[in-house]
Amino acid sequence: MLPLLRHARYVLSENPVTAFAFGLFAMFLLAAILGPLIAPFDPLATNTSLALKPPSAAHWFGTDQLGRDIFSRVLVATRIDLTIAFASVILAFLLGAVSGVAAGYFGGWSDRIVGRLADTIMAFPLFVLAMGIVAALGNTVTNIVIATAIINFPLYARVARAEANIRRDVGFVEAARLSGNGEARVLFGHILPNIMPIMMVQMSLTMGYAILNAAGLSFIGLGVRPPAPEWGIMVAEGANFIQSGEWWIALFPGATLMLAVFCFNLLGDGLRDIIDPRKRT
Amino acid sequence: MLGQILSRLATAVPSVIGVVIVTFMLTRLLPGDPAAYFAGLAATPQAIAEIRGKLGLDKSLPEQFIVYVGDLLSGNLGTSLSTGQPVVTEIATRLPASAELTLVALIVSAGIAIPLGVLAAVKQGSWIDHLCRVVTTAGVSLPVFFTGLLFAYVFYYLLQIAPAPTGRLDIFVSPPTHITGFYLIDSALTGNGEAFWGSLRQLALPASAMAIFSLAPLARMTRGSMLSVLGSDFIRTARASGLAPRTVVFTYAFRNAVLPVITTLGMVFSFLLGANVLVETVFAWPGIGLYAVNALITSDYAPVQGFVLTMAVLYITLNLIIDVVYGLVDPRVRLDT
Amino acid sequence: MSAAPALAVEDLCVEFRTRSGVVKVLDQVGFSIAKGETVALVGESGSGKSVTAFAVMGILDAAGRVTSGTAMFGGSDLLALPERELAELRGRELSMIFQNPRTALNPIRRVGEQIADVLVRHGGATRAKAPALAIEMLKKVRIPDPERRAKAYPFELSGGMCQRVMIAIAIACRPSLLIADEPTTGLDVTTQAVIMDLIAELAREIGTATLFITHDLTLAAEYCDRIIVMHAGHVVESAPSATLFSAARHPYSARLLAATPGESGALASLASIPGSLPDLRRADLPSCRYSERCERRLDACAEPLPRTAVGEAHIVACRNPL
Repeated sequence: MLPLLRHARYVLSENPVTAFAFGLFAMFLLAAILGPLIAPFDPLATNTSLALKPPSAAHWFGTDQLGRDIFSRVLVATRIDLTIAFASVILAFLLGAVSGVAAGYFGGWSDRIVGRLADTIMAFPLFVLAMGIVAALGNTVTNIVIATAIINFPLYARVARAEANIRRDVGFVEAARLSGNGEARVLFGHILPNIMPIMMVQMSLTMGYAILNAAGLSFIGLGVRPPAPEWGIMVAEGANFIQSGEWWIALFPGATLMLAVFCFNLLGDGLRDIIDPRKRT
Repeated sequence: MLGQILSRLATAVPSVIGVVIVTFMLTRLLPGDPAAYFAGLAATPQAIAEIRGKLGLDKSLPEQFIVYVGDLLSGNLGTSLSTGQPVVTEIATRLPASAELTLVALIVSAGIAIPLGVLAAVKQGSWIDHLCRVVTTAGVSLPVFFTGLLFAYVFYYLLQIAPAPTGRLDIFVSPPTHITGFYLIDSALTGNGEAFWGSLRQLALPASAMAIFSLAPLARMTRGSMLSVLGSDFIRTARASGLAPRTVVFTYAFRNAVLPVITTLGMVFSFLLGANVLVETVFAWPGIGLYAVNALITSDYAPVQGFVLTMAVLYITLNLIIDVVYGLVDPRVRLDT
Repeated sequence: MSAAPALAVEDLCVEFRTRSGVVKVLDQVGFSIAKGETVALVGESGSGKSVTAFAVMGILDAAGRVTSGTAMFGGSDLLALPERELAELRGRELSMIFQNPRTALNPIRRVGEQIADVLVRHGGATRAKAPALAIEMLKKVRIPDPERRAKAYPFELSGGMCQRVMIAIAIACRPSLLIADEPTTGLDVTTQAVIMDLIAELAREIGTATLFITHDLTLAAEYCDRIIVMHAGHVVESAPSATLFSAARHPYSARLLAATPGESGALASLASIPGSLPDLRRADLPSCRYSERCERRLDACAEPLPRTAVGEAHIVACRNPL
């Protein structure tokens, strides 16, 4: 662990972009935790006399068609957007890691089932499948999380499968098996921890995509429902005012969303450099 | 050659079966009463019961599945509640609009990404390499619906050089005679300059928004694959033989480097077909994506199901074409099968 | 021997920039090859044999840089020529055969086309005539059924066949210098001898000088007039093959010979060379890069490397030769 930390510090000092991404990430995390506490206005409070006002000293990002403060709404929305993304990535990781490791380790029919499942999911354009799943399961935030996890599942399963397959016959696994550990213990005690770093990289690489996906679904009216503040919905609401020139309603949530995705993509690349220096680009 | 294509076709069969099973399951997963869902929000109990009978939901799951597959084989995707039209007709009428948008986006995207990636690799470390890096990282971070809106604001509202971001053609221009359903092709075939120019102008913004989104994976893959090919032994041989730089870069390096790029097209299509839905929503583009979104809002399920199935079959077909093209470019694959 | 040599390399220094610092891969490398002569460049892997060839050919990786030196070839300095003029010479006047023939050929281009490419570029052949000439070349390197093989892709041919194609590409324009970089690596033993014989025979036929890079001293002695020994980017000894085998003067050459299984030598008598190549990234590299492995080291070894003529065409770079 210590060499890894030292390596991380080296990479960060060598690569200011990754350091910047870490800073940005901390900011988003802070906004997600403290958002509702530090927002200057109630994100749901309407005030029609203030409707559609451009950015000002009082309302940094302006106000929307109902006179709500966009800055407060963008800030408060951080929590829900990040929660959806985190939850779906963690769920995808759990599903993918367990089934992928089992497939790679045992081979045979478990490998075929997991492989077929992953192939079937990959046979769909992913966003379209997510739409179908949310439409079928019902239009809720939980189902957005599930849908996003399902479409990300094949990536995790494949990485986990490949890694477990390589490690199946490696010395320390062999040793653990010979010393009388059950298959399950070998699997979860010895193989899974060893593929964690690479799975972590995978998670940070798919975070950005998960946020985009969730925001896209809510943009077309799935998942989070108005008046709850969420970046995708806010852009959708702002879309109606673009043609009349009220740009700020869509711009600020859209730009924040973009920044968040950008941050996670940079972070993913940076994390890959730290954990897997060979794959540096 | 034909045998090779047939064997590729065979590999797509499990995917198609999987897709049919999943779309079937999606309908049966509906929480609560699927019949109520299909009947819509304002349905009376009698209407629901009628629908249940009509959909065969009172039968066992295997029986229902057989009915479903039978319907699919006879080209029946159900009927839309909001329009009363058969889903299959509506999708068929709207498909050319979506296909035209997606293909133009792909052509724009590949037309920029591939030269950019090649140049970035050939001139590694130069400004164009850095540009490529920025574009690839920023490109994947752009929510396509947001870029679309931004374009509409800048080019339509501010600069007023783009037409109103609604639909495939200005309402004052009559669409070209229907031949393929692709406005660009149809207007070119009939020599209808006004319709050609008009539809090109309408296409510009949504296609660019989609192109920017799909640019990143293509440019990234082109650059990486070009770099690794340029470092390979046979390029050294080609240089040691004094071959002209153009021959080395294009005939030797690029033709090899393009192979993984072709494979990446599969992922790019997944991106594009998804982005298609969002862009059609932003630009009121009368394609199948917008059709599905409108149906989703009104809980009109049959069109959504038909849409998911169509997209999946389309995607499988595209992947099949990619496979065949790959086989044409790479002689090593031909013998393997 | 009075005529100008085919290639004369002087004071060649090459550096590689890597993540962990600058590596001084070649240091003041100098040697020459007479017209029609066959010379071997031997040394352990990492001694800079291939880099020397790449530097002369002007095909170093982007990370490598020639920092000084000259390589006179037919009246011009290869290291100073602009890339455009150098490319005119490559493949026509000086050409190269690489190791691992299967990866050294373009995997998705028919071998006939690959030979034709070179002919069209240098030989003055037209695109229309080139295929027939390519088949002629395949015949020359004794590939059976050349008409059919010309249409084959490298993956459809054996390693030995691929190496014949490489040879055909290299000699297509009858170069005056041929560099063969471990041409038999990756081939099975019987094929190795056949390929070596083929190269030697064709080189003699067109009167080309050959620089043969290998780590195999026995092979070098069998095919070459003279042997140049390299160690860690230095030329340490250069001598006619027979002289080197009978009276090597540099301690490293002697060690290398002892490590070579001779015709009479049993495996048990094999000596290994102690230590390993020094880390060429070091700032405090000794002037003699072998000194840290050398049992004959003197205090004087810290002084600049000498280049002493100790006999007919026999040069050694050592303060305390055997």
